Amino acid sequence: MYAYSEFDRAFVRDRVEQFREQLDRRLSGALTEDEFKPLRLMNGVYLQLHAYMLRVAIPYGTLSSDQMRMLAYIADRWDRGYGHFTTRQNIQFNWPRLIDTADILSALADVDMHAIQTSGNTIRNVTTDQFAGAALDEIADPRPYAELIRQWSTDHPEFQFLPRKFKIAITGSADDRAVIRAHDIGLQLIDHQGKHAFRVFVGGGLGRTPVIGQELHPALPEGDLLPYLEAILSVYNMAGRRDNKYKARIKITVAAMGVEAFRTKVESVFPSIKAGFNNQVMTMLDGLRHQFSPPEYDEKSREPYLELLDTDIDFKIWIERNVSPHKHPSYASVSISLKGHGETPGDATSEQMRAMADVAQTFGHDELRVSHEQNVVLPHVAQGDLPEIFRRLQKAKLAVANIGLLSDIIACPGMDYCALATARSIPVAQEIALRYASREAEIGFMKIKISGCINACGHHHVGHIGILGLDKAGVENYQITLGGSAGGGAVDAAIGVKMGRGFSAEELMPALDRLIDAYLLLRADVTETFAELVVRMGTQPFKEALFVVDKRD
Amino acid sequence: MAGLKAPVVITANDLLSGEVVYLSPLHTWLPTLVTSQVYQTAEQAEAVLAQVAIESEVIGPYLMEVAVLNDVPGASIVPKHYREEFRRRGPSNYFHGKQEHSGNKVVS
Ligand code: HEM
Ligand code: SF4
Repeated sequence: MYAYSEFDRAFVRDRVEQFREQLDRRLSGALTEDEFKPLRLMNGVYLQLHAYMLRVAIPYGTLSSDQMRMLAYIADRWDRGYGHFTTRQNIQFNWPRLIDTADILSALADVDMHAIQTSGNTIRNVTTDQFAGAALDEIADPRPYAELIRQWSTDHPEFQFLPRKFKIAITGSADDRAVIRAHDIGLQLIDHQGKHAFRVFVGGGLGRTPVIGQELHPALPEGDLLPYLEAILSVYNMAGRRDNKYKARIKITVAAMGVEAFRTKVESVFPSIKAGFNNQVMTMLDGLRHQFSPPEYDEKSREPYLELLDTDIDFKIWIERNVSPHKHPSYASVSISLKGHGETPGDATSEQMRAMADVAQTFGHDELRVSHEQNVVLPHVAQGDLPEIFRRLQKAKLAVANIGLLSDIIACPGMDYCALATARSIPVAQEIALRYASREAEIGFMKIKISGCINACGHHHVGHIGILGLDKAGVENYQITLGGSAGGGAVDAAIGVKMGRGFSAEELMPALDRLIDAYLLLRADVTETFAELVVRMGTQPFKEALFVVDKRD
Repeated sequence: MAGLKAPVVITANDLLSGEVVYLSPLHTWLPTLVTSQVYQTAEQAEAVLAQVAIESEVIGPYLMEVAVLNDVPGASIVPKHYREEFRRRGPSNYFHGKQEHSGNKVVS
């Protein structure tokens, strides 16, 4: 794992002490809220509906067991005994008191963690594949590049006042698990003439104007990565709109100019930026690769695993759904579902965090990942240990075998927590998961994504079924989109299409029933997924199903 | 605050805990809606809001519409909008927030 340098450590410590002083000045009345607000936001402290919220960064979603245990400790000592893992691959605490936030940040610094720069118009936490460094299908581990971008952009003077916040995602596999085309910049590592290169996508994003990123460069040599990113950012810094925050994201700049014109501008500034770049950068990358080198694999027997596979059906199902292939032939990656039926998507209790930390420490080379789908991953485990891992996860109620199924829902906090929400999303997710628990195996691969307002933190635009909670004349109302895809699998990235008027909370479940019945009826066979069927037939049959009321009701 | 219809109360979040609070007739901030001062005109409330906005013990004070029900003991002031109902009660996925202390579990 990447280890903090002394410089990083001192930097984070300084920031904590600086924040503690600012907090004291706020509490004494020396700072007004208007003065303090940007300072607390820079340190991850938000105000939600019922309380403050602390958003802790988890760079590229990677945690050690000690860090996970510290999150559990924070949850118990200063919060309500749980944490919420988000689509940004970070964790939020929903109930800290303002006066405790400096102590929490200090506790985080003890395990080399922080909440810096998760807000503001800067380059945000670079996100990546939860199976990075482990996946059988990857060209190379994308995290050294993610870390390179983080080090280069953190506190880079030119990127502190971008027109708007800026999100970068990177994948090392063709099977994109990082939703790169819904980011301002998406990077896909490819093998180009025997060398590492990047497909570069630009201008993707969700929110009120959802756009799928367009290809800016088909094969950028890896050595040109940072100067090329800087070229993109400098074009954006000059051309991006600052007059209207809803028009300020790079997706609007690219759409307004056209991707060709944008590319021409990037290419015109690129040579001079590249000339001014020092080549130590590539040496840095070598050092970072070293920090992310694979664990020392244990050559354990696969026997216990193969035996249990033959005798325990629950284990077999869990392996099929939650365990994925690893580069190393006797290893695997485990997805721990935080989507128990009826639970809040992404929430884990402190006890569960400790159970995950223990399993990671004993069997997982001390490493955990947070996925953007709000689950936790053990990237490296020996297959021979899977039976014992399964048993321990079961004990902690963490062995729900539903990865990729209907109840593996992404949901933002919605109006249960978020001050910007127009409707709730968590209870909708809970109800859907319970409703289809017994049918989801039959329904198969299905991604439902729910947001509580147009900011789209729940990625509803790229859900196979997207649900957006709105306020319709003082009543919660849910708008359905179909045909969305986050990309990566068999169905290309796409923004879902709105299906007419929304549904009240009571109407929503029967409407989903009709939608799912239509799918089961229309699919060619059980291998045709919902998303594939929508591509094949279009949305019309589903629109009809949604709005034709069953006469038997 | 355009289009706001009286009666209204003044609400905010407590600076230290973040908890939802309401302005009482004594100009103190209390965590319960029942004890809040109800203003019969928006102008009246706005004048008070301008005064309390400079105080530092709460953040983000604003006016919220309520209905006053004289025949319901204990729940005589009710928020007009569901958002304010959730703020008054707490989240729906856990029994946390105000509902936890109010003794009676509110079923959504
Ligand atoms: C509760 C506090 C939260 C607040 C106030 C908040 C606010 C926002 C806002 C205002 C945006 C839109 C920004 C823009 O388009 O310029 C946004 C985007 C986003 N948020 Fe949140 N959010 C919150 C929680 C979350 C959570 C819990 C998640 C993960 C589950 C999340 C994930 C995202 C993502 C992925 C986007 C990007 C959508 C895009 O591509 O534009 N947010 N958030
Ligand atoms: S989508 Fe809206 S309601 Fe949901 S977390 Fe984001 S800002 Fe809040």
